[in-house]
Amino acid sequence: MQKAKAIELDVAVVDGVELSGSWNRMFEPRAISEYDIAVLDETTAIPGAESLGYCYQCGKCTAVCPVDTVGDYSPRKIFRRTQLGVSLVDSPDLWLCTTCRNCLRVCPKEVNMIQIMPAVRERAVLDGKAPDELLTAFENTARYGNPIGESPRKRAEWAKTAGVMVPVMAQKKSPVDVLWFVECYPAYHPRGKQASVALARLLNALNVDFGILGNEEKCAGDSQRMAGERGLFEMLAEHNIKMLSKYTFNHIVVTDPHAYNAFLHEYPKLGGDWPVQHYTQYLAERLSALSFVRSIPRRITFHDPCYLGRHNGEYDAPRRLLTALPGVELVEMGHCRETSYCCGGGGGGMWLDSFTRDYTSERLSEKRVREAIEYGADILAVTCPYEVPRFEDAVKSTGNAGKLAVMDIAELLAYSVGLTDEYAAN
Amino acid sequence: MRIAVLLKSVPDLIEDIPIDEESGEILYDEMSYIPSEWDDQALEEALLIKEESGAEVTAITVDTGESDTMLFTALAKGADHGVKLVGDFDPSLPNRQRAHIFSQYLGPQSFDLVLSGVQAIDDIDGQIPGLVAGILGWPHASVVTEVRAHDNRVIFRQEYAGGLVAEIKVSTPAVIGVQAARKPPRYASIAKVRQIAKSSQLEEVEMSIQEVPSLEILRFYKPIASGHAEMIDGDVDEAVDRIIEILQEHNLMRG
Repeated sequence: MQKAKAIELDVAVVDGVELSGSWNRMFEPRAISEYDIAVLDETTAIPGAESLGYCYQCGKCTAVCPVDTVGDYSPRKIFRRTQLGVSLVDSPDLWLCTTCRNCLRVCPKEVNMIQIMPAVRERAVLDGKAPDELLTAFENTARYGNPIGESPRKRAEWAKTAGVMVPVMAQKKSPVDVLWFVECYPAYHPRGKQASVALARLLNALNVDFGILGNEEKCAGDSQRMAGERGLFEMLAEHNIKMLSKYTFNHIVVTDPHAYNAFLHEYPKLGGDWPVQHYTQYLAERLSALSFVRSIPRRITFHDPCYLGRHNGEYDAPRRLLTALPGVELVEMGHCRETSYCCGGGGGGMWLDSFTRDYTSERLSEKRVREAIEYGADILAVTCPYEVPRFEDAVKSTGNAGKLAVMDIAELLAYSVGLTDEYAAN
Repeated sequence: MRIAVLLKSVPDLIEDIPIDEESGEILYDEMSYIPSEWDDQALEEALLIKEESGAEVTAITVDTGESDTMLFTALAKGADHGVKLVGDFDPSLPNRQRAHIFSQYLGPQSFDLVLSGVQAIDDIDGQIPGLVAGILGWPHASVVTEVRAHDNRVIFRQEYAGGLVAEIKVSTPAVIGVQAARKPPRYASIAKVRQIAKSSQLEEVEMSIQEVPSLEILRFYKPIASGHAEMIDGDVDEAVDRIIEILQEHNLMRG
């Protein structure tokens, strides 16, 4: 191949117009087009990954990519490395993206990592190149309906500790207004279960006619889809749609923004089309029916979940709930709303902790917790089930135990309404 | 080279094992099942041999209820055929009968190598490879860690006490019980398993049960704990005090 040569001319004539100065090189072949782009072509030939080829290296994504702040990674760098012949299928870069969507927000060329990542990852999974810990999460989800590897027969066990009725549809045998899709971490994780209990009590206090699928529910599967297991996602979606179709309800309320994303955009394509709300949206519409009896005299900051905010445009509902809490001072962090940081759990990141550790200086959750502390927050309020465990671990691992409590909005509301006795776990 | 891999599903211990307390019998119908992890190792080793030196791999199981997904997964991973030996069998089928059913099928087929897991969690006797080899009159080795095939010779390894490894040669046909494959078992993507399940056929072969000398299980029961560990609660000082107290109680403190 011919090597790049000096192409700058003292004076260039283009279409009869005389151009002088160094910028006339824009009209000549540029060095970056002189690479063997076979590997790039191979990657952009994967259905869904076409837009990687649109990148013109402006670097806007690098400035906003959360992973770049803790490592040597950004969509621009992915394009450049692929152009230089490093196959994305074989590169650790492939597994570092959390599909937070911040790059797509600023990209003038609409290089869409939200489509590129699952497409190329699917190829890597088929080729046996995915990290083992991710495959374990896939296998658990396929086998047990949850990535954690918990018993599918115990999916509704948490409800026994709720102290209020949590009707399971199979036993209720009558239509409900709200079908609450609980999801995995809220059903199994100890802290997730506490938030579920809080939400169950809030729904009861609001006299909501609701039911859950219980053991008939499986993981909504959206993060597995983003992590490259589309077949698994489809299997889960088909199952959930079949179970939901057995019952009569007016709309779905989800705990998890990832499930919200799936029900909003992906399930309808597979025949599961129901009105869906995130629980913060549902509660925000019913704020006037909640009577607050306890003050929370604390400084609270809020972490926008990527899949509620950037992916689906909901920034206000969680804030309406938080500002309604008596005594609360809500402070916004520098990274908030559209520019919110990422907890690191999305796009399969939840199941890639050990893998990611080798390529990053710290966890995204740790960086975010430091930011919350910089802003003097006592409580980091969250509303995605991935976040309570991620941020609570990060509070401890950054040496800030006792300085910052991580609370689901449902927990804060339930405490303030007088439905639970504690609002700060530590 | 034609390789047969004998597979079995075993109770998934993520669920409690349901026991009828009066009769002391395991309630097999109430359990969920997963492929035996050692059989997964055997399958992986067979697929590695196929990739290394070419082979036709057939995954075979005695159908005791949940076989299809296990066999389709084997096909998705790279096995060439899936065979289900059907009859009036349930998961309590004793290994000796299971071995006869496998041998009955394997006998007239011209397999060069039969691999199976070294044991399974629900029998712990590790007899399938040995029994099958005995019935067929073929050479056998078990607790094997690495199997390579060259023409009609199979070379494998066994590890002994004292850090000694033996490299052993056997001529085909032979039956080997695999302890561990050279690599962790591969992942079969769900899309591929689903596609295979739609497009492939499993071969079903009707088999009969042969009467064999058998054992009688009197009862299953969970061991009764004779004592518990003490969990030391409290802050650091309280914990230290309690530890010192325990050490003193046991005369383990000096000075």
